[in-house]
Amino acid sequence: MSVTAVAGSELISAENLAAGYEGRALWSGASFSFGKGEFVAILGPNGAGKTTLFRVLLGLLRPISGSVRIFGSAPRRGNPHIGYIPQRHTIDTETNVECLELVRLGLSGTRWGFSPLGQGDRDEAWAALQAAGAEGLAHRRLGALSGGELQRVFLAEALVSNPDVLLLDEPLSNLDIKRETELLHLVNNVVRTRGVTALLIAHNINPLLPHMNKVMYIANGRMATGTPTQVLTSESLTRLYGVQVEVLKDPHGNVAIIGVEEHHGDIP
Amino acid sequence: MSFCPSAFSPNILTDLANIWCWSFMRNAIEAGTLTAVVAGVTGYFVVLRKSAFTAHAFSEIGFAGAAWAVLSGVSPLAGLLIGSNLGGIGIALLGRRATNRDTQIGIVLAFSLGLGLLFISLYSGYAEQTYAILFGEILGVSPDQVSETAVAAAMILVGMGVIYRPLLFSSLDEDVAEAKGMPLLALGMAFMVIVAVAVSFSVEVTGVLLVFSLMVTPGATAQYLASKPSRAILTSVLIALVATWLGLFLSFYTPYPVSFFITGEVFGFYLFIRFVYARLRWEKISPGSLLRAPMDRSG
Repeated sequence: MSVTAVAGSELISAENLAAGYEGRALWSGASFSFGKGEFVAILGPNGAGKTTLFRVLLGLLRPISGSVRIFGSAPRRGNPHIGYIPQRHTIDTETNVECLELVRLGLSGTRWGFSPLGQGDRDEAWAALQAAGAEGLAHRRLGALSGGELQRVFLAEALVSNPDVLLLDEPLSNLDIKRETELLHLVNNVVRTRGVTALLIAHNINPLLPHMNKVMYIANGRMATGTPTQVLTSESLTRLYGVQVEVLKDPHGNVAIIGVEEHHGDIP
Repeated sequence: MSFCPSAFSPNILTDLANIWCWSFMRNAIEAGTLTAVVAGVTGYFVVLRKSAFTAHAFSEIGFAGAAWAVLSGVSPLAGLLIGSNLGGIGIALLGRRATNRDTQIGIVLAFSLGLGLLFISLYSGYAEQTYAILFGEILGVSPDQVSETAVAAAMILVGMGVIYRPLLFSSLDEDVAEAKGMPLLALGMAFMVIVAVAVSFSVEVTGVLLVFSLMVTPGATAQYLASKPSRAILTSVLIALVATWLGLFLSFYTPYPVSFFITGEVFGFYLFIRFVYARLRWEKISPGSLLRAPMDRSG
């Protein structure tokens, strides 16, 4: 279905949503809505259920209760309008397959049958590599790439099917600050030029702040969603975590979150 | 039957004509060719999916099946097919990334070998069939076996053609393939059944214990020679083919077994590609890529 058929600009919405495994909710009472072209940062401690939210949106996990809509209908597995970059990939240094082939599979990997001369996906793959700033990596082996290069190829793989929603699970982990900034600029560029709605799971809010429209904190079995100025306050995070949390801002706009065991707001 | 010469001559064409003159060699070449093609194609995916140990387990489970078949007077191939397919389906049911189930597979593998041993010791007849299952018996392949192998090879290649792209996708990027709606369990099971059948027929050529030489080594070598899957598969097939043909040729003129030559050739070629060729080539393309520690992916 096309995006334009959705009333208003809400691409993703949830009402009193609860999700978890084996009937036990990781989080509940979640209500949020994200519109076209919004860039959303998702933060929270390990095991809070950030990836679980992605699995619900991808239709891989049925919610325990509440309602969730994506493109105006319930999530279903294999929705071609969603581009997904999971946290873990099966690719390692032994993977001697060139990047272009992986990106092509992002488009044609779901097709049965075999066409030895089928090159129909090549142009799209090149365009996606270009959009991800990775055309120079096309003929490199996946196993020989650095973490930052791999993330750009994964971004191309996700973009090749021309998705309206991008789900990025910790693409910044293992990247140094320079690569982190580069990748964020790339994603932000894609979000702005293609009008893609991007949800990005991260551990550190500060590099994201210049690009984000919304922030979602998942902690303590609950969610706090809103614009950065709404969510990144001592009151809002104290309410969420249930303990006294202090949000400090420096003159450059960086925030430091004090009182939570994990460092979601280090000043770089 | 007319007389066929078997003396070696310096003229390679005469040698080939002499070899082709013998019907057992014709059968062996035909069965070997079919097996090499199938093993080369499936082997690429076995290596890509890191399922070499799983493929090995199939053959050992197949060994128990074959030994049981010999004991019961059934064709060993039937026993191999039943054993390896049951093993394959079982391993596929263990769930995604069955490759990581080394322990479980190892446990089943050890028990299978024990079962096979029991069946052999119960079988009071001539042990040559057991030996053939373990080390291959390509020179004793019958025309009927060649036809059976041809049918199996055709089925395997058609099956691989149908699942080619989804299998490649799920082998390379499992989580994305799952999110895109690919049936991972069904794909894994289809592939396991294909490998089980391919292993069962490869056993005719190389035997249970040497099945790696056609199923894994050419696929592993090909990954260093081509980074496009279609080309790597062709390369893998080519390596398996040349190794089989050369093995038959060398074995014809020497007193040594075919399986030894095939394993020796693919091993030697792997070593050369892995340590000489790949090093020279990759150093040129991406300097230092081989020197980089495997864990360092931060740059």
